[in-house]
Amino acid sequence: MEFVRNQWYVAAYGSEIGRDLFSRTVCGESILFWRTEAGAVVAMTDRCVHRRFPLSQPPSHLVGDTVVCGYHGFTYGADGVCVAVPGQTRVPRAARLGSYPVKEQDSFVWVWIGEPAGADESTIPRAPWLDLDGYTAVYGMEPLAARYDLLVDNLLDLSHETYLHGGYIGTPEVANTPITTEVDEERGIIYVSRHMDDAECPPFYSRSTGIEGRIVRWQDIEYHPPCLYLLHSRIAPVGVYPEPDGTDERAFHVEVVYAITPETETSTHDFWAVARDFALDDREVSDFLERSNRTVVLQDVTALNRLEQVIATEPEGFRELSINIDTGGLAARRILRRMAAANTPQAQAAAR
Amino acid sequence: MTPEPTRLTGTGIYRIVWLPGSDLLRGYCWCGTTQEAEDPVELWDWLLRHPEQHGGDAAPYRPVPPTGRSRAEMRV
Repeated sequence: MEFVRNQWYVAAYGSEIGRDLFSRTVCGESILFWRTEAGAVVAMTDRCVHRRFPLSQPPSHLVGDTVVCGYHGFTYGADGVCVAVPGQTRVPRAARLGSYPVKEQDSFVWVWIGEPAGADESTIPRAPWLDLDGYTAVYGMEPLAARYDLLVDNLLDLSHETYLHGGYIGTPEVANTPITTEVDEERGIIYVSRHMDDAECPPFYSRSTGIEGRIVRWQDIEYHPPCLYLLHSRIAPVGVYPEPDGTDERAFHVEVVYAITPETETSTHDFWAVARDFALDDREVSDFLERSNRTVVLQDVTALNRLEQVIATEPEGFRELSINIDTGGLAARRILRRMAAANTPQAQAAAR
Repeated sequence: MTPEPTRLTGTGIYRIVWLPGSDLLRGYCWCGTTQEAEDPVELWDWLLRHPEQHGGDAAPYRPVPPTGRSRAEMRV
């Protein structure tokens, strides 16, 4: 599937960007990130306008709130405008780097890929648990050598947990429990829910919550295409449900967040985070969840990397078969195709 | 018993429920019309085609043969 442009994408965790030059490719665009002395994140093309030297490459460096190219010394301000060139006083008017709208929110750095005039920060979907009182979060990012839509497929159908993630988060009940899928067509959001009333407790949850015995396990997915995926996970002893007034103090809540950011057409930044509302200060629980979730993500990475090799090297035209478990994934693919189609030159012209 | 998973309401909400104890899917259009099918591709096709019938005489539903779309076609 082609890139969906004119959208916000997670480019990094805020903690990754400081006073060192940082580069990440998003939707095929190499972007340079750095923090000004006042602490604001800025983003611009990671290529000097002179001879295309990557500005993230040493000996390029920051001087105050300017970037100095390590090849010939072209110097750029935080807005990407060139302020100095070597050996002459006149700076060519065209000497400016493309700059990107950025927004730091919920521990993420979001970048707008598309026409800058269309960037509206209020449309960025939220993942507040990563930076919220009452929750503790662990997080990471794994490089995926596969196209992003394979990760979307993977995350929209959690029945694969039973087979790919047994011994961590998968139990027989996940694959065996029917799902409910809803699509909010106007807002472009896909919801997939699986509520298990009497399920085995996988180690991921038994060791973190301390629950022994069987559980009520709810998985409520919200996918805000193209980038943000939320899994609201509720774990409680069998028979324990929220109170009629909505309070739910006897349950354990885990918010699993993924940001699915295409790097190239066949590689993806797989950002993952796990936030919990229990054992908030327990370092052992944090370490366990971080280690376990990373293992689970790497199981997906191994599988999807292999799948990408198959897709890339075998003839097209394979006739896929979809069954009930794919209802949400099919909806996500359709919405993504619609979003991508809205950005073709023809569609843009029609909109004008 | 577990409360029913999310139930959104309003124009533009499509819902597909996998009926417990069966292999059957039931689709709900936001207009209130429902349809059952055993194939999610077929049911999505029906749901998305269905609003064209809103406000008019509802044409009898004719199942759409499963398309078995290839990955290449899905990548459009």
